[in-house]
Amino acid sequence: MPRPYPVHASPTRRGLWVLGLAVRTEKRVFAGALLGSALYGSMTVGAAWAVGWATNHVVLPAFDTHHTSAGTLAAGGLLIVAVAVAKVLGIFGRRLLAGVLQFRMQARFRREVTAAYLRLPLSWHQQRPTGRLLSNANSDVEMSFMPVAPMPMSLGVIVMLIMAVVDMFLTNSVLALVGVLLFPAVIATNTVYVRYSGPRFARAQELRAHVAEVAHESFDGALVVKTLGREAAETERFAVRTRELRDANVAAGRARSMFTPALEALPNLGVLAVLLFGTQQVAAGHARPGDVVNIAYLITLLAFPIQAIGWVLGDLPRAVVGYERVAAVLAAEDHTDYGAVRAERHRQGAAALEFDRVEFAYPGAEGAPVLRGLSASVAPGRTVALVGATGAGKSTLAALLARLADPTGGAIRLDGTVLGDYAKGAISDAVALVPQQTFIFGDTVRANVILGAELSDEAVWAALRTAQAERFVRALPAGLDTVIGERGTTLSGGQRQRLALARALVRRPRLLVLDDCTSAVDPSVEAAILDGLREQGGPPAADGAEPGATVVVIAYRKATVALADEVLFLEDGAIGARGTHEELLTSSPGYRDLLTAYAKAAEEAEAEAASEADAQADAAQAAVIPAPHVRNQAEEVAA
Amino acid sequence: MTATVEELEQGTEPSREQAGQPAATAPEAPIVGEASGGPLQIVRSGLRLSPEFTRGIGVTVLLALIATTGRIVIPVAVQQAMDKGFGAASGKVDVTEVEHMVLIAACAVVTTMISATAMSRRLYRASEAGLAGLRIKAFRHVHDLSVAHQQAEQRGSLVSRVTSDVDTITNFIQEGGLTLVVSIAQMGLATIVMAVYSWQLTILIWVCFLPLFLTMRIVQKATGKRYSAVRGAIGHMLGAVSETLVGAPVVRAYGIEGRMAERMNASIEGTRRAQIRAQKIVVSTFSAGEIAAGLANAGVIVVGTLLGVGGHLTAGQLVAMLFLVSLFITPVQWGVEVLNEAQNAISGWRRVIGLLEAVPDVPDPGEAGQDLPAGPLDVRFEHVAFAYPGGARVLHDVDALIPARSRIAVVGETGSGKTTFAKLLTRLMDPADGRVLIGGVDARRIRFEQLRSRVVMVPQDGFLFEGTLADNVRYGAPGADDAAAAAAFEALGLGDWLAGQPHGVATAVGQRGESLSAGERQLVALARAYVADPDLLLLDEATSAVDPATEQRIARALEALTRGRTTVSIAHRLSTAQAADEVFVFDAGELVERGPHQDLVARGGIYAGLYASWARTAVGR
Ligand SMILES: Nc1ncnc2c1ncn2[C@@H]1O[C@H](COP(=O)(O)OP(=O)(O)O)[C@@H](O)[C@H]1O
Ligand SMILES: Nc1ncnc2c1ncn2[C@@H]1O[C@H](COP(=O)(O)OP(=O)(O)O)[C@@H](O)[C@H]1O
Ligand SMILES: [Mg+2]
Repeated sequence: MPRPYPVHASPTRRGLWVLGLAVRTEKRVFAGALLGSALYGSMTVGAAWAVGWATNHVVLPAFDTHHTSAGTLAAGGLLIVAVAVAKVLGIFGRRLLAGVLQFRMQARFRREVTAAYLRLPLSWHQQRPTGRLLSNANSDVEMSFMPVAPMPMSLGVIVMLIMAVVDMFLTNSVLALVGVLLFPAVIATNTVYVRYSGPRFARAQELRAHVAEVAHESFDGALVVKTLGREAAETERFAVRTRELRDANVAAGRARSMFTPALEALPNLGVLAVLLFGTQQVAAGHARPGDVVNIAYLITLLAFPIQAIGWVLGDLPRAVVGYERVAAVLAAEDHTDYGAVRAERHRQGAAALEFDRVEFAYPGAEGAPVLRGLSASVAPGRTVALVGATGAGKSTLAALLARLADPTGGAIRLDGTVLGDYAKGAISDAVALVPQQTFIFGDTVRANVILGAELSDEAVWAALRTAQAERFVRALPAGLDTVIGERGTTLSGGQRQRLALARALVRRPRLLVLDDCTSAVDPSVEAAILDGLREQGGPPAADGAEPGATVVVIAYRKATVALADEVLFLEDGAIGARGTHEELLTSSPGYRDLLTAYAKAAEEAEAEAASEADAQADAAQAAVIPAPHVRNQAEEVAA
Repeated sequence: MTATVEELEQGTEPSREQAGQPAATAPEAPIVGEASGGPLQIVRSGLRLSPEFTRGIGVTVLLALIATTGRIVIPVAVQQAMDKGFGAASGKVDVTEVEHMVLIAACAVVTTMISATAMSRRLYRASEAGLAGLRIKAFRHVHDLSVAHQQAEQRGSLVSRVTSDVDTITNFIQEGGLTLVVSIAQMGLATIVMAVYSWQLTILIWVCFLPLFLTMRIVQKATGKRYSAVRGAIGHMLGAVSETLVGAPVVRAYGIEGRMAERMNASIEGTRRAQIRAQKIVVSTFSAGEIAAGLANAGVIVVGTLLGVGGHLTAGQLVAMLFLVSLFITPVQWGVEVLNEAQNAISGWRRVIGLLEAVPDVPDPGEAGQDLPAGPLDVRFEHVAFAYPGGARVLHDVDALIPARSRIAVVGETGSGKTTFAKLLTRLMDPADGRVLIGGVDARRIRFEQLRSRVVMVPQDGFLFEGTLADNVRYGAPGADDAAAAAAFEALGLGDWLAGQPHGVATAVGQRGESLSAGERQLVALARAYVADPDLLLLDEATSAVDPATEQRIARALEALTRGRTTVSIAHRLSTAQAADEVFVFDAGELVERGPHQDLVARGGIYAGLYASWARTAVGR
């Protein structure tokens, strides 16, 4: 059983835990990388030893005697080349496998993070900026496993350090002591660095996310920025964040600016110390010049690996910051629990629906619930219209029906079973919601309609026909195979809505929820869609004459409402009135005000037009409201 | 007046030429791409874009050179110690000599450390300043691009151009760029010092590395390609993830988590594979360098010994040579690493420069532009035609006058070109043919500062920024305080609605305004436009998600508030059209009918049909 993440330990310990996680997860790859690293490490020491050996046995004798043999020379040369080849093998294995390790861990955590995004409820999503979630999946994951790449190397370096230290002690124990003093110095330097830089890196990473958030939001609202001419102000808002990031990076960089040169200087000072004491040892006859050279050389060779350990240690604070941000996503509680009830296969007909004292409050607004004890029932196959003022809670109710959220009180039952008791996938099989705001995937028209289900093109065309989308889809360059851009920018708003409608219709749901989804569709088109729905007795019916689905439609238009068997008027978080359209017109003043607004406006406009006709001549003269027949005149004036 | 028009025709840039193109050819799709050109060219234009990088670089390079020179200290010290200190040559040991030498060398090492620190600090400061500047420039440029440009690219991808793409440059500039310079300097220095010791061995070492240097170009090209593939894969991955995030409600409602997971996992896997492919080539180059180093070491021992035997070299010199080889090898290895890193940076730079190279096709005339006349504005469309990039014409020969102070309603079927008309009127796009005159001035000549404050459009989708209601209203008029924001809602007849909000104008709207209902977001967008106090207000289905009673209330309020200004409303609720002075009817991209409601109904054309359908479905008669 692996130990849990040491939340309260020092940053270095926490960082080492993250490294340990990578090791545990990818044991084999890590073992391979470590093997490569050990080979590399030992061969690096081996190279020093080989050079030392060649110096003592080939070079110096040759210089002393002014004579050498081809055999000795070849031995020296081959030894060095052989060591180099072995070292390359080590490097290759280490670096490639370290990469494999790092990228596998990244991929693994990206899969986990994105799986969490799919698992977590919408309420969780709504509280987090998209830019931030993107950076959790991208740069935070990357940051977490940054030190994984140099890790096998620095572990190999430890092997190397031991071998080098042993070698040093074998060569000359007094000189070796001087060399060994280097390590506490390195550790001390690093401790100071981690203490100093850790908080600075954390701040920089936080600010990096802020910069991404501002950019994402600002580009998201680019149209508003442009129409109100706020480019300069937006740039300033971004610039403030960017400059903060810059300053944080400079502050973190300052720490690094001291750390790296200090790490580089330490081995050099070590060499000088060895020379100093080495000279005395040589003078005292305790050491050979070759030994001093060997130890000095060992130390210079260690300079680079020591730096490498420094990189791992230096990156740990950042890894900790990244990992903790990722872990927060992974640890987020899933509030959506599923039951075991599967929608029975044989149940093909329309669904029965029941609201039982449903209450709902958005997180953070518990004091002001949107739905307060809403009760109603809808018999299978009925079409009900849900009507209510802006902000009454219609979309909220629609979302609850598709189980995008759970009621905070009471229950919603589908065929007598509480939604929460259904198994995963059962609700989406039975219920299709067409949301108020259309979302189109960056994919083909077909893929956008079927969404991965196995459906024939005929079925797709039939759904498009009912949704009045057939004509414009046929006109697209590649028909069903035309790729539409992110959020369907190449289609007009109404065209997108109709695609979304087709998406719901093609699935032949048992409960169809239409959330004001014809709002951007012209009256004539809406009328045609409604006719299409009516002709088919609701959405495409399952064989028989029975209507195939129960329909909940959110709308304001009389025609839509009139189509419904019953109207539910949503008022003050509950059903304020229910009945047929005609009944509600008389029984509910609120309903009447809402639904007759257009008729009233039309009457007023007609009355106004009548009086205006009288005043037309005057108006034309004043040219304040030029009527069309004086347009030519007006054009001259304007030109 | 005519003179101005002619000046204008000569004065305006490429779009004019496009206007002359035959109607059949649509303009090229304005995709924000990647800058092309060789790596050096990219680096050069990158450095030109951010002068901060190279400001004061002289001192930095000087410090770097001192730091580099310092590295020679150790081998020289070892050589001195061997030859003079414990006399491999003389056989005597001179401890004092070594002590002096070590003291001097220690001073040099400390100097080196200080210079390196100072250099690194300067680098951090310069590079971060440059990168911040680059981010801000790129950000501003995104907003300067036309709507068409902005929409051609996924938002996530645009964000990456001001964040992670810039970050890849950071690493190179901070650690790589100077390392490369220093490495080359160090290689040069090591070569010179080696040549002083033994020119024969120096040649030998160079010969060992020659194959590596010669194949560098080809290898680098391949590396660059693989890194570009990595960036592409990451972009693709972020696209898949962001789609899942933004489309979360649909994903859940349709239970397609499995399908989305598959798509995301495929892109994650694609990223991993691309990364490993890049890693392979990088590791191979590095290994090649190591082989060359081994050969060089062996060569120095063998040939050096032979030279020594021949009396051309002392033992100390040979040992120094061995140290110098590592001084030469290390920068080569570093150089290889940095070049790989450079390829990574260049692929990021390409994307940022590509963004900055995208010429705004709806540019602000700026200082050279004209002001709008004071007072209410009229608008004239002169034979205006338009085609979306890569598409057929969607607006044909629209010729119309919107008199000052008039109230115009624009109606037509979905996809008939109403929004396109609105975007041309507010100059979010320029016509392919013909021109739009606002207050008698060609829209292309009006300074944005004037245009955007006097002509305001409320788009279909009421996007809100995270913050409070007041913050969002203020967006239309930066000076407006909370009281002014509350007054705006009041004036629009929305006082009751505001009173129902938990914290009044201080109520938070959530990201993208999602804590409000869709209709409520539109109310806030209207209040925002209202405080902007424009002379010409354009509403593009601005109340489509609002209930009829509220909509009528707003309509009446607006009627009073916009008296004396020009208003254009796009509406599928024909109640708006009924109250307008004149109705413009679009059909398949053409302005087919216009006139007051009564006249058009009497005429019995397209509008009459639309109205009959409206009356049947909404009014209920
Ligand atoms: N994510 C959210 N967080 C907090 N409040 C919300 C959220 N979404 C909607 N609301 C609030 O809930 C109420 C009902 O919204 P909604 O159901 O969308 O209304 P509508 O009837 O217009 O569809 C509104 O007052 C809105 O401010
Ligand atoms: N960004 C775009 N790229 C390509 N075609 C577009 C784009 N936006 C709209 N269109 C097309 O232009 C036509 C007119 O669209 P639009 O003006 O939005 O219609 P309306 O506002 O009347 O519903 C439609 O056929 C639509 O498909
Ligand atoms: Mg709603």
